[in-house]
Amino acid sequence: MTVHNVEPTDSVAEPDEPTPVAGEPIEGRGPWALAWRRLRKDKVALVSLAVIVLILLAAVCAPLFAHVTGHPPNTQYRQSGLDESGLPVAPNSEFWLGTDDLGRDILVRIAYGARVSLGIGLIATILTVTLGVVIGLAAGYFGGWVDTVLARLIDVVLSMPFLLVAISLVSILGPSMLIAVLVIAFFSWASVARIVRGQVLSIKEREFIEGARSLGASNTRIMFVDILPNVLAPVIIYASLLIPVVILTQAALSFLGLGIQPPTPDWGGMISNAQGVYQVAWWYLAFPSLALVITTVAFNLLGDGVRDAVDPRIDRLLAK
Amino acid sequence: MLKFLIRRVLTGALVLWIISMLVFALFFAVPNNVARQMAGHNATPTTIKLINQRLGLDQPLWEQYGKFIWNALHGDLGEDYYYQLPVTHVIAEALPITLSVVVGASIIWLLLGVSSGVLSAVRPRSFIDRLVTVLALFFYSVPSFVLGLTLLFVFYYKLTIAGFAIFPAGGYKPLSDGLNQWFFHMILPWITLAMISAATYTRLTRGSMLEVLGEDYIKTARAKGISERRVIYRHGLRSALTPVVTQFGIDVATLIGGAVITETVFSLPGVGYQSIKAIRNQDLPLILGVVLVASVAVVVANILVDLLYAVLDPRVRLS
Repeated sequence: MTVHNVEPTDSVAEPDEPTPVAGEPIEGRGPWALAWRRLRKDKVALVSLAVIVLILLAAVCAPLFAHVTGHPPNTQYRQSGLDESGLPVAPNSEFWLGTDDLGRDILVRIAYGARVSLGIGLIATILTVTLGVVIGLAAGYFGGWVDTVLARLIDVVLSMPFLLVAISLVSILGPSMLIAVLVIAFFSWASVARIVRGQVLSIKEREFIEGARSLGASNTRIMFVDILPNVLAPVIIYASLLIPVVILTQAALSFLGLGIQPPTPDWGGMISNAQGVYQVAWWYLAFPSLALVITTVAFNLLGDGVRDAVDPRIDRLLAK
Repeated sequence: MLKFLIRRVLTGALVLWIISMLVFALFFAVPNNVARQMAGHNATPTTIKLINQRLGLDQPLWEQYGKFIWNALHGDLGEDYYYQLPVTHVIAEALPITLSVVVGASIIWLLLGVSSGVLSAVRPRSFIDRLVTVLALFFYSVPSFVLGLTLLFVFYYKLTIAGFAIFPAGGYKPLSDGLNQWFFHMILPWITLAMISAATYTRLTRGSMLEVLGEDYIKTARAKGISERRVIYRHGLRSALTPVVTQFGIDVATLIGGAVITETVFSLPGVGYQSIKAIRNQDLPLILGVVLVASVAVVVANILVDLLYAVLDPRVRLS
């Protein structure tokens, strides 16, 4: 699984340093402070961040949805939630977003489903990035046979048909949240490792690394204290764009019946179940799909913003 | 050149060998209950033992692997557990369907993605650029099963109800049933796959075009008085296409292993659909066969892409 859209777009344009006012001391700013300043000016990114915070809140407060509507996520309302022919009922005052094929409240289930999507999205991304950074650092820094072995391993993982192997693994190991996280991370670290390795190869030849070594710094210290901060920018850009990809992958696994197991609510699983009844219950297909699309769009927009803020190369590209 | 090819083929073979071992170990080392599943709940231990014997599952793992590799090198991927059909036969049956989906979709997405990307990059920040960027981001974020099901809802269900039964609910009709039949069964899967992939190509082309158009040699070309059209298409697009070619090769190769979700949504019995079925049945030889064939496609595509690089960009030396 890889992220494709790491090319620049043009959300950031204006130079961000204000003209220094006489009398005020000029503060030095680190690259991260500058990036944060740029991100704060990016309205699209801020709105996306707000949307993500809202979804996060919905996930955390999912029991509140159940409390307010009076519908626990897995309770089947066979009387009020299904019509006389046993079909889901449309959105109404009792079920705001309608019910599913078993007469359960879709709104409440979407709120609980956010826990799965965001949870797996964030945890798997963190695991992927950690794994990729450590392996990439080791391969680039030590070189020699370590690099040969690790680089070959990266090739192997990148040549594997991801979705196929992932779903076969999940089906053999038994579907669960933990397995989903592990499988996604196992197939995604290689791209991160490749990026980090490339960066480390050029950084380790620089003088300050030689300086650190001559001062007696250990390999671990050089790798994590001297080199790591210098490769962090592309890693952070990649990670922020990886989150929506991971969320989509998790939803795809659930859609194929290999993710979270019923009755736990989960967006991919809901959409998969909607396949059977979407002709008579459009809301069952529409609302979970909408939740999923809004989440991934928000993460992609935020990711774009983070990329432009951390790596504002586009200024140069557009300055014709 | 020849040296390059030999080296790439050898490393490719090494990668495939490691994949085969990994997949074999993962799938066959995990305790599975194939025999029990096949024999049913009331099977006696003797029956289960017999099934294990017939499938060769009672032999040591390395022996099973050795046999598998030896046969695979002779073009024999074994037989599937359930129908006792050669795996190569099952894959050969499914491949034309997957190819129908992938080739059609890839033509659409390449045309759509590259042209919208160029349009966008030529006038950055224009209305068209913004529209294209927003659309690309949207389709990049939409899961293929959501797009596929939505298309089915509108073009199959709503249209059929309205009295225009143009699009089928899914399934596959071979070309021998007539071009028309084939085409109308393919068009919704094509659109699903193409729209989602085109988004990637729009973004890729736009970014790479912007970068190239900022280069000095483009200024030189303009200064020489070459028409803007020629500057953009002959001088700009050609070098901007390099990353697109890489992506295209890898994407098409990955999809040979099955456009799993698209095939599932539209009930197309292609490679992806077959592999999902195999996975549900724990039909290990079939899973292993599909994974290997799909990996071969990726490895071969990688080599082809590297060769194409040298053709597109004369600065690249193969060594």
